[in-house]
Amino acid sequence: MKAPRIARSGDRYPQQIDRAPSTLLAGAVPWLSVMLASAAPSWAFIASAPIVPPLGLMVLLGWRLLRPGLLPLWAGLPLGLFDDLYSGQPLGSAILLWSLAMIVLEIVETRFPWRNFLQDWMAAAGLLSAAIFFGTVFANLTGGSTRLSVMNPQLLIAVLGYPVIGRLVAVLDRFRLLNVRVLG
Amino acid sequence: MAPPTNRRPGFSRRAQYSLFTGYIVAIVGAGLGAVLLIVTALSPHAFASVRGAASDATSPAAAATAQARGAGQGLFAIVAGYIAAGSQNAQLRHEAEIARVRLAEAAAVSDENRRLKATLALMDEDPRPVAAARLIGSTANSSRRFATLSVGSDRGVAVGMPVRAPLGLIGRVLEVGRRTARVLLITDTESVVPVRRAADGVAAFAQGRADGSVQIRLISLGVNPLKRGDVMVTSGSGGLYRPDIAVAVVASLTRDGAVARVLSDPAASDLVVVDPMWQPPSDVPVPVPTKAKR
Repeated sequence: MKAPRIARSGDRYPQQIDRAPSTLLAGAVPWLSVMLASAAPSWAFIASAPIVPPLGLMVLLGWRLLRPGLLPLWAGLPLGLFDDLYSGQPLGSAILLWSLAMIVLEIVETRFPWRNFLQDWMAAAGLLSAAIFFGTVFANLTGGSTRLSVMNPQLLIAVLGYPVIGRLVAVLDRFRLLNVRVLG
Repeated sequence: MAPPTNRRPGFSRRAQYSLFTGYIVAIVGAGLGAVLLIVTALSPHAFASVRGAASDATSPAAAATAQARGAGQGLFAIVAGYIAAGSQNAQLRHEAEIARVRLAEAAAVSDENRRLKATLALMDEDPRPVAAARLIGSTANSSRRFATLSVGSDRGVAVGMPVRAPLGLIGRVLEVGRRTARVLLITDTESVVPVRRAADGVAAFAQGRADGSVQIRLISLGVNPLKRGDVMVTSGSGGLYRPDIAVAVVASLTRDGAVARVLSDPAASDLVVVDPMWQPPSDVPVPVPTKAKR
């Protein structure tokens, strides 16, 4: 059996004998970060044009691709419902699209078990494009009449911005596993 | 990256069932989303109360962010102001001179208006606003353009009330929560505002284009009389919006109208005013100004 390492200076995550990650923190951070990413952009900007990318979906995809199995397959249902309440989309739009995104990623994962970040990025780019396209179609079916070309800047920002969100999720993942709980 | 081993259920029945249930719930979730979408398509305000409650719940956080946003914008404006201070000062002085003359002229016109209205026995009503409020958020990534207002039914805000900023019309109230309200911005594609040219009253509709501009559609088709720089104001026809609120300025011409830039950018409007719904005074016969016949 391997003995626990002693904390050294310069060790970013020192393993201490009497410390362990908090289960609450480890479990709650993914859910809360997606919910915050869904709700916060609507407070931060008053945008006259829809150029802000779908941050909630981007963070969800980030968690799903970084840590498969951490969020359950059905996470699109509750998180999509939360997003719909704040995004201005017709209720049900994100529930449907996010659930489908999770299922599609499951299929991608069975088909391509070994992937690098570029392939993850391509998968996310495809899903984000589909989500923005069908989101606009659903909004148009329920009262709007937006030209699809209005969404092009948002699509570009979402696809190019995904790696940044991926890094952010990685930082949150390290925060999630901090040794904060005192044992004994 | 290698697939993590904990995804494989192995021989554990429990793990196999939980994986299978996950698939079922995800597919049911997608179906539920589709059903909700159909319900929303049939009656768009079916879930207004749920959205209102959700928006009420986060309004303190949103209000705090709104204040920070206002402060941030002020800071940027100050820094940007220093860069062009000299030339801008001279230009503003010049504009102030002109504006002072115009103001005197406007005062004279307004005085004349009051006298003429008095002779016609018209009420000079300027409706008292229902509430002054702050825009505490807007839809960010959706193609629909809604904003959230920091007051709701507790301050007497009701569905249909117009919302305006000092610079012009913002939109109208679409759904009301207890402490927040959802505003349909005039840049949303569902919003249609009856407008007229401020100078001579060419009647038109302003429909949102979802990208910060509105499409001006003329009512009487024919030769397009609009020019760049024309200011469009509400005409008040049909009620709801009181006449003479500034809406947009024409930016480019199209075949049957124009694309106009909205004057009151909601992003820059910190404080807004909720007006009562305007009803055209139908009981007072308004004399039609007649032109001299040739």
